[in-house]
Amino acid sequence: MKWATNLLAATAIAAASNTSATELEVMHWWTSGGEAAAVGELAKAFDASGHTWVDAAIAGGDPARAVMVSRLTGGDPMGAFQFNHGRQAEELIEAGLLRDITDIAEAEGWKDIVNPTSLLDSCTVDGRIYCAPVNIHSWQWLWLSHKAYKDAGIDVPANWDEFVAAAAKLEEAGTVPLALGQQGWQQSGLFNVLMAALVPNDVFMSVYGDKDADVAGGEAVARVFKAAADARAMSSKSTVQNWNDATNLVITGKAGGQIMGDWAQGEFAVAEQVAGDDYSCLPGLGVTQLLSTGGDAFYFPVLSDDEQTAAQSELAALMLKPATQVAFNLKKGSLPVRGDIDLSTANDCMQKGLALLADGALLPDTNQLITPDTNDQLNTLFVEFFADTSMTTEDAQAQFVSIISSAE
Amino acid sequence: MSSARPSRLFRNKSAKIAAIPMIVTALFVFVGGTIWTVVYSFTKSGLLPRLKWVGLDQYERLWATRKWLVSIENLAIYGFCMLLFVFVIGFILAALIDQKIRFENTIRTVILYPYALSFVVTGLVWQWILNPEFGVQKIVRGWGWESFNFDPLYNADIAIYGVLIAGLWQGSGLVMVLMLAGLRGIDQDVWKAARVDGIPAWKTYLLIVIPMMRPVFITTLVLVVTGIVKIYDLIVAQTGGGPGISTEVPAKYVYDSMFRANNLGQGFAASTMMLLTVALVVIPWAILEFGGSKNHD
Repeated sequence: MKWATNLLAATAIAAASNTSATELEVMHWWTSGGEAAAVGELAKAFDASGHTWVDAAIAGGDPARAVMVSRLTGGDPMGAFQFNHGRQAEELIEAGLLRDITDIAEAEGWKDIVNPTSLLDSCTVDGRIYCAPVNIHSWQWLWLSHKAYKDAGIDVPANWDEFVAAAAKLEEAGTVPLALGQQGWQQSGLFNVLMAALVPNDVFMSVYGDKDADVAGGEAVARVFKAAADARAMSSKSTVQNWNDATNLVITGKAGGQIMGDWAQGEFAVAEQVAGDDYSCLPGLGVTQLLSTGGDAFYFPVLSDDEQTAAQSELAALMLKPATQVAFNLKKGSLPVRGDIDLSTANDCMQKGLALLADGALLPDTNQLITPDTNDQLNTLFVEFFADTSMTTEDAQAQFVSIISSAE
Repeated sequence: MSSARPSRLFRNKSAKIAAIPMIVTALFVFVGGTIWTVVYSFTKSGLLPRLKWVGLDQYERLWATRKWLVSIENLAIYGFCMLLFVFVIGFILAALIDQKIRFENTIRTVILYPYALSFVVTGLVWQWILNPEFGVQKIVRGWGWESFNFDPLYNADIAIYGVLIAGLWQGSGLVMVLMLAGLRGIDQDVWKAARVDGIPAWKTYLLIVIPMMRPVFITTLVLVVTGIVKIYDLIVAQTGGGPGISTEVPAKYVYDSMFRANNLGQGFAASTMMLLTVALVVIPWAILEFGGSKNHD
C-alpha cells in the first residue's frame, strides 16, 4: 500500500528532524480492501496537517476490541481508536479513561451538522460528548450478483420473497443462493435485518429497545425465525468464514446474494464492479425501505502529553470536515454523518441510502440498544441455529426469549 | 563449618536467598491473582472489574448456559479419549522403539517433531487435512473410492474427534519420549529374570515393567491433564468452536465472556470452575507424591 510507505517515510523524516509534528497512534479494525483504502484517506488528511498518523490495525472487531480495552485499562493508551459507538464504550467513559471532547464538538458546531442526531446522542453521556462519529452504516442491504442470475437464466429478484423463490433455480445451476460467513455476528446481523424488514417497525423496537419478552415470543418474531430457517437452507453450501469472502462469492457470481451491511459496497468498488450493471442492492430487502443507523466513531483516550492531546483535538475536528467525509465515505461505502455535503459522485446504491436518510426512514442500530453481553449471547444462539439444521425455529425462539428477557 | 548443626532453615542459604524473588512472584502473581479472580467472580463486573456483589448469580447463569454445558461435555470427551489414546499410543511406540531397532534416533525425532509445533500450526494443518475439498477425502476419492466420506470438522456430532486427532498427533511424541526414558530406567536384570522364568514379554510389560514405571506415569499424567484442561489455541485455530458451538471448550468460554461479551464476572466464574477441575486432579496427586514421607528431599 502506497500510503503506508509514505507514512513510513514521513515517520522517518519526523524522527530525524525532530520537528514539532506529533505522532498519534490510531487503532482500528479496518483491514479489508475497501476499508483499508478508506482509512488511508483519513491518514492522508491527518498527515497533511503536519502530524503523523501511526497506523495500528488489528484484523477483526473482536480481537481488536480486546486489545484496545486491555491497553486502556492497562494504562498504555493509544492516541485514538475506532469503536462502534453505543453501549460498548459506556464503562470506559464511566471509568474516566476517555477524553471529553465537548469543547471541540461545540467549536465545530457538530450539534447542527450531524444528521441523524442519534449518532451524536450515542456519543453523549450525561450531556458530554466523548466521540467523533465518522460514518453511518446500515445493515439492511441485500446484495445480488447479476452474473449468478444470468447463468441460471432468471431475472434478478426485486425483493426477499422473489429471492427465496429463485433459490431452487440457482441451486440447479450449481450456485449458492445465499452467501453467509459462518460467524455469529454475521448470522445474528442477518436475523436482525430480517426482523427490521419483514415485520412492522415497532416489533424491532419492542424487542431490542424495550426488551419486551412477550413480543420476542410472539407471532411476528416467529415469522422472522421462519425466514431465518429459509436463509439457513439457502446458505447451507456456503462454507466461508469472513464477510468479505462471502461478498467475494457474490462478486464472482458463485453466490446469488448476501445480506450484509453497506460496508460490502467497498468490496464491490475494489473489484471495480458497477452498481446496477454487475450487482444490485436492495435496501430493507426490497420490502420495508428503512435503514438502521449504526456506524463507526473515534474515541480519544485521556493522555498526559499536551502535544498529543492537541493533535487529538485536530484529528477529531478533521474527521468531520466536509472534504474528509466525502473522501472517506466514498471509499468505505458508508454514508457521511453530515447532511450538508455534496455526494453526487456517489453510486446508485449510496444514492438510495442517502434518499432514505433524507426521508428519515431510520432505526437505531442494535449496538446502540443492547449491551455487548446480550449481543454475544445472540451471536452464540445464531451460530448454533445456522450450523445445526435440526434446531427448530420454536427452540431457537424460546432461547431468544430467554436472552431478551434477561437483557439490560 | 561451625561445630553446631545449623538449623534446616538456614541450610543452603545462598540458594534460598536466590529463590526468594521467584517465591514472592509466584505467591503474588499466582496465589494473589487466583484469589482476586475468585473474589471478582461473585461480582457483576462488566468491561472493567467492579465490586458490585451479586452472590452466586454468575455461577447460576454459567450452569444454565448451553454453551458452557457443551464446553464441559467436549472437555470430558476430549480429555477421556486423549488420556486413553495418548498413553496407549505413546507406550506402544516407546516399547517398539525400545526393541533396539535401527535408526532409533531418526524415528524418535520424527515422532517427537509434532510436539515442537505450536497448537496454532497443528490446528491449521489438520484443518486443511480434514477439509473435504482438499484433504483426505479428496485424495481417497481420487483413488477411485467415489463415495468415501470423511469430513469430521463439518459434522457437528463428531467435530470434537477431528480435534482429538490433531491433539493426539501433537501429543503422542512427548508421551513416547517420557515412556522411553522410563523403559530405559528399568534394570536389564529384570528382563533377564523374567525370561528365565519364561514369562511372555507382554505379561512382563503389564505386570512388572509398568508398575515399576509409576513415577513416570504420574508425571506424564499431570502434564497431559493440565494440557487438556487449558486447551484453547488448538480449537481456535482448527474449528473456531464450530460448526455451531459443537467444539466449544471452557477456556474459550472464559475468553469469549471476558473479551467479546465484556462480561468479566461471567468469565471469572467460568475460570474459577476450571481452577476447581485442575485442583481436583492436582491435589490428590500432590498428596500421593509428596505427602507421607518427609525424608523425600
